[in-house]
Amino acid sequence: MSIDTTTAARVAKLARIRVEPDDLEALASEFNTILGFIEQLAEVDVEGVEPMVSVTPQRLKRREDKVTDGGQQARILSNAPDAREGFFAVPKVVE
Amino acid sequence: MTDLNAMTIAGARDALRRREITSAELTAACLTAAEGASALNAFVHMTPETATAQAEAADARLADGDAPPLCGIPLGIKDLFCTRGVASQAASRILEGFRPEYESTVTARLWDAGAVMLGKLNMDEFAMGSSNETSVYGEAVNPWKVDERRLTPGGSSGGSAAAVAADLCLGATGTDTGGSIRQPAAFAGITGIKPTYGRCSRWGIVAFASSLDQAGPMGKSVRDCAIMLGAMAGHDPLDSTSADLPVPDFEAALTGDIRGRTIGIPREYRMEGMPGEIDALWTRGREMLADAGAKIVDVSLPHTKYALPTYYVLAPAEASSNLARYDGVRFGHRADLVPGDGVTEMYEKTRAEGFGDEVKRRIMIGTYVLSAGFYDAYYNRARKVRALIKRDFDQVFAAGVDAILTPTTPSAAFGLGEMAEADPVQMYLNDVFTVTVNLAGLPGISVPAGLDGRGLPLGLQLIGRPFEEGDLLNVAASLERAAGFVEKPARWW
Repeated sequence: MSIDTTTAARVAKLARIRVEPDDLEALASEFNTILGFIEQLAEVDVEGVEPMVSVTPQRLKRREDKVTDGGQQARILSNAPDAREGFFAVPKVVE
Repeated sequence: MTDLNAMTIAGARDALRRREITSAELTAACLTAAEGASALNAFVHMTPETATAQAEAADARLADGDAPPLCGIPLGIKDLFCTRGVASQAASRILEGFRPEYESTVTARLWDAGAVMLGKLNMDEFAMGSSNETSVYGEAVNPWKVDERRLTPGGSSGGSAAAVAADLCLGATGTDTGGSIRQPAAFAGITGIKPTYGRCSRWGIVAFASSLDQAGPMGKSVRDCAIMLGAMAGHDPLDSTSADLPVPDFEAALTGDIRGRTIGIPREYRMEGMPGEIDALWTRGREMLADAGAKIVDVSLPHTKYALPTYYVLAPAEASSNLARYDGVRFGHRADLVPGDGVTEMYEKTRAEGFGDEVKRRIMIGTYVLSAGFYDAYYNRARKVRALIKRDFDQVFAAGVDAILTPTTPSAAFGLGEMAEADPVQMYLNDVFTVTVNLAGLPGISVPAGLDGRGLPLGLQLIGRPFEEGDLLNVAASLERAAGFVEKPARWW
């Protein structure tokens, strides 16, 4: 499996990380090194093995479905790069 | 009397309780040591006002006779832990300026136990690295130095290791996803334990790979780690994977008696090209445990060689999902936008500017292995191999083995910048002996066991049964006593 610059660009897009076109070749090459390393997994016999879901045999705890927290608008917005009138502000999304 | 900042937690606790020293004096000694160690770049945000106030409160508690073990003990906190009102940016530009409105469960427990916060410690960005060189703050430097080179303290908890080894604090928190407590502990000649997955709450710790991340203590002795772990551990309803089990008295488990315990030596850890000094140290460790009355047996963990490739599918996959939250909307950095930029440009520019190269690489690898068409071939296959790696350990423990002895790292600390030209996989090999433990969710501890020919510390790792940290710490204490490692780095900083 070899990754070309088109695939590298597609992955960068999916990850929402801007990569300059000039850097795609180096990125693709790094991906190929890492994926080449990962390829070893293909030789393991995993027939009949269930994919691990949780490393400790525990059932996730459940709790009563009720509100336990809230009313903290100022604290939630305190670290926002741009907060206005009680909202997170972002560039225009809908024309 | 030695400098106060050079004390162990156990020694300081006893001296504090006997009122021979005050936490105010101890804390001042650490703050002075830390301020004079900027060449190590271990502390990246100091909190002297908080420390002084906490020390005063601790002295009052000590005077009242209400003093839990960590009362008045000055600690450093890895930058990955959210600490209320104090910069917590996971050594990343993308969290520049972030001041959490909440406290992580682990640090909250430490403050409840009376501990004193000196400040935040350097690390690899988002805990992704083995040399502390991916940090936005610049690299932390190992206090051990044998020639003109500046050495790495390891990573990702490099600042924690450097600070403890240089006596800037009595102990420090670390986190470990693939070896990030144990490898830096080995490189800096200190002790560090990664507890069983679920032992410490992950709530309020910046997430990297949630199925592997665990917090743990880094300290100057096994006893100190036992004391700190007792305060850090415990069930937390805010972390659904936190284990609802009682926390035993880990310090009380240090009986020093390991007669009749069975120690496994896994043959697959004898790697080709392993330096002779590492192999010799491993043999000495085996002899020391045998002399202490343990039974030594050869064991096999056949899927060991697949642990690193498994990790480099699963950890990036989980990271790509966890780090999706850094979108420039709710916290941290947002890129400057130009007219016409929409929300997608905001995401892409913010993340390109905010993340360093290694973090971007892992997010994109994770994105790739989770993408349509590759999910089964990579992600699901890796989860199956992980099940086999865990089964290897289960079978060894079921056969009566109490703990497994291995080297911690394949080498001693290397020079900063020496791996700059190497491909990323070369750096990943640092974790070859430690990463299996995270994949299997087990407790693992690194104990300093000797110096190499150049005078740099080397560590041995012990791996224990799930949720039997007390037993593991006891075996580690026996190894510690036999190894008798007392060397300290000579001060040059």
